[in-house]
Amino acid sequence: MNEDQGGAQARSTADAVARRSYGKLVAFLAARTRKVDMAEDALAEAFAAALTDWPQKGCPANPEAWLLTVARRKFLDVVRSQRREIASDEMESIAEGLVAAESSSKFPDQRLGLMFACAHPAIDAAIRAPLMLQAVLGFDAARIASAFLIAPVTMSQRLVRAKQKIRLAGIPLRIPEPEELRDRLETVLDAIYAAFSEGWIDASGTDVARRELAAEAIYLCRLVTELLPDEPEAMGLLALMLFAESRRHARRDAQGEYVPMAAQPVEQWNASMIHEAEALLLRASGYTLIGRYQLEAAIQSAHVARRITARPNWNEVVQLYDALLAFSPTPVVAINRALAIAQRDNPAAGFAALEEVAADARLTEYQPWWAARADLLARTGKPEQARHAYDIAIGLERDESVRRFLEKRQTALAR
Amino acid sequence: MQYLLALYLDESGWTTMTKEQQEQGTAAYMAYTEALKAAGALKNSNRLQPSASATTMRTKNGKTQILDGPFADSKEQLAGYYLIDVPDLDAAIAWAGRCPAVGHGIVEVRAIWAM
Repeated sequence: MNEDQGGAQARSTADAVARRSYGKLVAFLAARTRKVDMAEDALAEAFAAALTDWPQKGCPANPEAWLLTVARRKFLDVVRSQRREIASDEMESIAEGLVAAESSSKFPDQRLGLMFACAHPAIDAAIRAPLMLQAVLGFDAARIASAFLIAPVTMSQRLVRAKQKIRLAGIPLRIPEPEELRDRLETVLDAIYAAFSEGWIDASGTDVARRELAAEAIYLCRLVTELLPDEPEAMGLLALMLFAESRRHARRDAQGEYVPMAAQPVEQWNASMIHEAEALLLRASGYTLIGRYQLEAAIQSAHVARRITARPNWNEVVQLYDALLAFSPTPVVAINRALAIAQRDNPAAGFAALEEVAADARLTEYQPWWAARADLLARTGKPEQARHAYDIAIGLERDESVRRFLEKRQTALAR
Repeated sequence: MQYLLALYLDESGWTTMTKEQQEQGTAAYMAYTEALKAAGALKNSNRLQPSASATTMRTKNGKTQILDGPFADSKEQLAGYYLIDVPDLDAAIAWAGRCPAVGHGIVEVRAIWAM
């Protein structure tokens, strides 16, 4: 094997290990010490060492163990160099823990503990999802920044601060006690869903960072359902994301124009994702512990029922929105409920339901509110008011093809 | 890890309480302190004299100033503290949540800088 081939193979092995084991290695190195930042640095050095060492000596039989050994040495070097900041007994326990783990052939998967630390209530809610993407999946700050539309420098600073908080405040990297598990799991699921939502926005699929974000969020949620197999809300969230993801490509036609869900050809939906989502939802229902994500997934399920029945089950959709409103009384839910009522009963009833939340000040800059209003005003014979609402909806939309869609609707209004 | 639970309370509350209420309030703190002791988590704790008795010092233009009153001019004032030793932030939060001060004020949880 010549050097180029060896280099290429070393790189691809390193990439594969990084993808599969990055979070496991970080979680393991940081589990006792809570030093997520140092664990990341040590691991980065270990990967760099692998790329110089493996092409020369060949890939090791157990690349993961090789990386852990090197990372552990680097980690201890850093810890020792910071002797003044770290108590000596603590340092000993770090060293012992790492040595003990290294001698066993398999090290424990502590990624879930790491996720609970990243989404800890003591961590600023806005940084939980980015932090999880970085610590568990190894996304770099620039990539996360572009997906969350935040300046890379700012994102990087926020991530550093959050990791410092984990270390200095002593946030534990572990699965919470059973009595607080459900509450704490909610913040983990919320962070995963936040990552997914950022990835969902890019409907045209041109933004690679965003498209991957949705897939990675599904991966993280799968991890949660595997490591905590009896949590119905985790199943609910996974089902919800799979339902949404199944329609990713159907949101645009061949010309790249926006297609609303009601007009999407059902053959374009990913059937295997829908089947998996339905199965998850069914399994979750066996626990008789309803929650927000199960309800949202159930709504999705009622929407996609038209694959079989030719029309969505609007009655069920409205009932589910009623239940969801009790769990999370947000304007978003209220708007969707109003649109469902318009379908089940008539546009006037839908508009009346929409008016119930009109007083909420947050709605003035909320695109879906203006789009829903415009649609219902048009359908209740108020073209002038509808035109105005479309103007604002178009002005607030950042996706070009959705803007074009709304403009077409606006043009079609009766004069 | 050691944590400081700093108790910020509205001091006007205490003076408007009846003697019985004050006794009740004191008893709640005593019980909490006992529980911390029994769990082996308590390092130290103290109640402070009212903030009106505070004196503040700082240097301005190279000259040391001594001022009457507390540093922060807010309704809630530092009224006391518990220094506890527990494994991590979750344990510290669990103890802070049981502190009677949470019912009528604010408890700030801060890790101690280990030397």
